[in-house]
Amino acid sequence: MTAPNSFRAQPDDRGHFGQFGGRFVAETLMPLILDLEREYTAAKADPAFQAEFDDLLEHYVGRPSPLYYAERLTEALRESAPDGMGAEVWFKRDELNHTGAHKINNCIGQILLARRMGKTRIIAETGAGQHGVATATVCARFGLPCVIYMGATDVARQQPNVFRMKLLGAEVVPVTSGAATLKDAMNEGLRDWVANVEDTFYIIGTAAGPHPYPELVRDFQSVIGREARAQMLARTGKLPDLLVAAIGGGSNAIGLFHPFLDDADVKMLGVEAAGEGLDKRHAASLAGGAPGILHGNRTYLLQDEDGQITEAHSISAGLDYPGIGPEHAWLRDIGRVDYTAVTDTEALDAFQLLCRTEGIIPALEPSHAIAAVAKVARAMPRDKVILANLCGRGDKDIFTVADALGVKM
Amino acid sequence: MTRLANAFARAADQGRAALVTFVTAGDPTPGATAAILDALVAGGADVIELGMPFTDPMADGPAIQAANLRSLAAGTTTADVLAVAAAFRARHPDVPLVLMGYANPMTRRGPEWFANAARDAGVDGAICVDIPAEEDDSLGEALRAAGLGNVRLATPTTDAVRLPAVLEGASGFLYYVSVAGITGLQQAATASIEAAVARLKAATDLPIAVGFGVRTPEQAAAIGRVADGVVVGSAIVELVGRHGADAAEPVRAYIATLKTALVAARKEVA
Repeated sequence: MTAPNSFRAQPDDRGHFGQFGGRFVAETLMPLILDLEREYTAAKADPAFQAEFDDLLEHYVGRPSPLYYAERLTEALRESAPDGMGAEVWFKRDELNHTGAHKINNCIGQILLARRMGKTRIIAETGAGQHGVATATVCARFGLPCVIYMGATDVARQQPNVFRMKLLGAEVVPVTSGAATLKDAMNEGLRDWVANVEDTFYIIGTAAGPHPYPELVRDFQSVIGREARAQMLARTGKLPDLLVAAIGGGSNAIGLFHPFLDDADVKMLGVEAAGEGLDKRHAASLAGGAPGILHGNRTYLLQDEDGQITEAHSISAGLDYPGIGPEHAWLRDIGRVDYTAVTDTEALDAFQLLCRTEGIIPALEPSHAIAAVAKVARAMPRDKVILANLCGRGDKDIFTVADALGVKM
Repeated sequence: MTRLANAFARAADQGRAALVTFVTAGDPTPGATAAILDALVAGGADVIELGMPFTDPMADGPAIQAANLRSLAAGTTTADVLAVAAAFRARHPDVPLVLMGYANPMTRRGPEWFANAARDAGVDGAICVDIPAEEDDSLGEALRAAGLGNVRLATPTTDAVRLPAVLEGASGFLYYVSVAGITGLQQAATASIEAAVARLKAATDLPIAVGFGVRTPEQAAAIGRVADGVVVGSAIVELVGRHGADAAEPVRAYIATLKTALVAARKEVA
């Protein structure tokens, strides 16, 4: 395949990333999607919009997030690496954001768009609850009513976040259809939206869904990669050799990767959730799926030969989704980004490793990225630099982890 | 003239709207669908919409969601749906049947595969809920190449600027979704339907069938006075949900009440 002049020029004007992406929604939503696209195009060109976004990110979210050299983790990995091997591990600390994850970056951008469009009611879906909390947060900040759809299974395993959302004034609606996880919450969000098109803005939490969502979520999350690129140059005088990020829908990963896509020497690794193993229940749509159409876009999906969607599984509620953002599907097919998958067990090990070596309790989502870092760092020379996105903190996951480790709390 | 065009023309000749009926294939089992389809025809249905079950029917309300899940739980496959259609065609050479469903099951093996398989099963057209006009190359082109109707949806949010794009490449009939929402829950005011149908008729010669939330003979009659067709889905699917494998007779009886109402509807006005 011929390499394009730039990897950063997607999507096309129909919202397609190669064969992926697009606008696969019911006709009722189509005019709304087109409105949103027009409004986003105008907002991008409006310095006042960008200024308000930047101001909120700085003073409300707490950006820029630090870039951190994980010295003790690096040393720990070197102990079990061959001589001369063991790359430096650095983290982009997006878990230090207000609300504890990268999700807030996107929510700030989208609620500013909602206000521009005169929408008076906000809905969102959530898996782990991080996007739900971030959405409830910006709704409280701007005084808009907020309804969060959350799979009943996730409600049960993410109780702290459910309580946070309620404290923030959101209504949390448990969704019982299907496996009662993120996919089903998204179905219910779309059902709400199609019935309330006049006044409602749907804040989608990942870089997926119908165009222009994959593009605008990526753009709002790209603050991660822009900051990291500048910080890395300032601190080390060079770019990192490898970027690593966990992928459910893929918003933290595309946010980190996108500003580096045209830096030919920077390799990138996206980490899907291999759950119980790729031959068992998992959530790795690239490793174990095929192209199809769901939730507004064409992308890789976990599905059977008739196109029925199969249930995803991951210990991490935030990765428990049978699809992936369309730009990742494209980046994988053209070979610009590599993708791998990490099991529940490997993620749990990495979770504990980071707790003990760095005094950082990571969320289970970036624990997948850390597990992949632990594997690849040992196979890279010591003078190489890995930059991983620490996209969320683990406070919300301590009950899940305790349960998996057989600890009664 | 196609079976679809014939069905609408015949109804028009008889001074009534066509009765368009929806059931989910394979609900409650693939084997039970034939008797239910026969009951639709016996009760007086003019057009059959046969739903292809999908795990994620995100445009459907509770009734049709449940029907999708019942069908999939019974093991219904795409091959089963096509076999149900082919057997229907053998029993009912003249009753038009369109497949209705979501993009992923329809395009899993490629749009050409689906269009050709549907044509070979005697299907007259397809309605895909989540492929708008903007993504026509994902299915519409293949349907037209196979000689099948590409039935598009228009909604209360389809404004005058957008309508020509929706109509471009549409065939068979135009399905007007009278409510911005999911299936089965509410019905639009008759006045707003009348205005919408007039707007659509000014823009196309295709028959206009109106649906979403139609349950009672009175509602059907009210729409039948202004539209070329009345679509009923969730109410039938609820009967199937309640009566399961014994649903054929209750479905036939219910359809007959709708048909009687449609036959009488325009006479009452006149």
